[in-house]
Amino acid sequence: MHEWALAEAVVSTVSQIAEREGLRRVTEVRLKVGELQQIEMEILRFALSELKRSSLLEDAEFIIETEKAELTCRVCGHKWFFKRIEIDENAAEAIHFIPEIAHAYIRCPRCGSPDFEVTRGRGVWLESIKGAKQDD
Amino acid sequence: MDAEYGLKALRVRSKMTDPRVSVIEGRLKKVNSILAVSSGKGGVGKSLIASTLSLALASKGYEVGLFDIDFTNPSTHIILNAEGISPTEENGIVPPKIHGLKYMSIIYYSDKRVSPLRGVDMSNALIELLAITRWGSIDFLVIDMPPGISDAILDLIRLVKKASFLMVTTSSKLAFETVRKLTSLLLELRVPVIGVIENMKMRESSFIQEQVKGMGLRFLGEIPFDYSLEEAIGDVDKLLKTLFAQKVEELAEKIIS
Repeated sequence: MHEWALAEAVVSTVSQIAEREGLRRVTEVRLKVGELQQIEMEILRFALSELKRSSLLEDAEFIIETEKAELTCRVCGHKWFFKRIEIDENAAEAIHFIPEIAHAYIRCPRCGSPDFEVTRGRGVWLESIKGAKQDD
Repeated sequence: MDAEYGLKALRVRSKMTDPRVSVIEGRLKKVNSILAVSSGKGGVGKSLIASTLSLALASKGYEVGLFDIDFTNPSTHIILNAEGISPTEENGIVPPKIHGLKYMSIIYYSDKRVSPLRGVDMSNALIELLAITRWGSIDFLVIDMPPGISDAILDLIRLVKKASFLMVTTSSKLAFETVRKLTSLLLELRVPVIGVIENMKMRESSFIQEQVKGMGLRFLGEIPFDYSLEEAIGDVDKLLKTLFAQKVEELAEKIIS
């Protein structure tokens, strides 16, 4: 996912949750970012800082944790980690936009199957939100 | 979702919420009408109808997007000869224009490689593309659906509330049976069904028309089997001169009226 679109999705989701929970302001957002999507952290952080302005997230600190992308072969059970340097530029870019495209470019290193599961580290997930119910 | 309350502070554990879903509605906000070209069966002409319908609507002056979500077997790019184009990045991705259509397909990313995807992967790819594609302000978004009554249909019903379905069958009882099942699901879920098109008609029979009317649905019309169509695949000018395209244009009039 493109970093700006992703940041927009994060701000939108956090705002919805904050409103539902009656938060007047959000102070902390914890995100998990999987390595498969090769998110540019600097762009993501910049986009979040731009998009949070004039929203409930204005004062929020973003704590972003990266997660290694673990792939598990459904055929032979082999587990391995996605490594950006092992694929070419075009494949890396395609996977950046649509992580599932990994199935077009990556094969199980043990048995050669494209039938693997991304068991960890696929995309971007919201872990927790901290905020205050009153202005203080 | 768990929430830990204090006097003033609140911590919400979002149980790994996927943020992508929240922006999908916003991405489609300025899309006036979404037409999902569907069938339970493959090989009934969905992609050709979706592509030609998009071109017909564009030729009437409408702003049209075409979105191929048959991720394992995309084919509209072959019909449109969509070579050498790719989306641009601008706070998401903006589909390139070809033959006057804003065109989006997984082929920009898979190229000519096979993409063997399980259902959950197809769902994820669809959510990803719905979340990042910026269609902007358009009159129609035509979606070329994969065959079957599975993830893509269920995801579209779940995520794209304003989609209406345009059903395609051939004259075969076998094709129509899948359309009947899919349509009954859509009606049960109160999803709008625009009507049914009978494609590749080879002999006189009112069977499909009667069945469609019997279900209380609109029979949009029939398209005779067009032997010149195969030659026109990949050549849009030629395609628009076929009998098939004339018939699709007539259907377009009915759909927008």
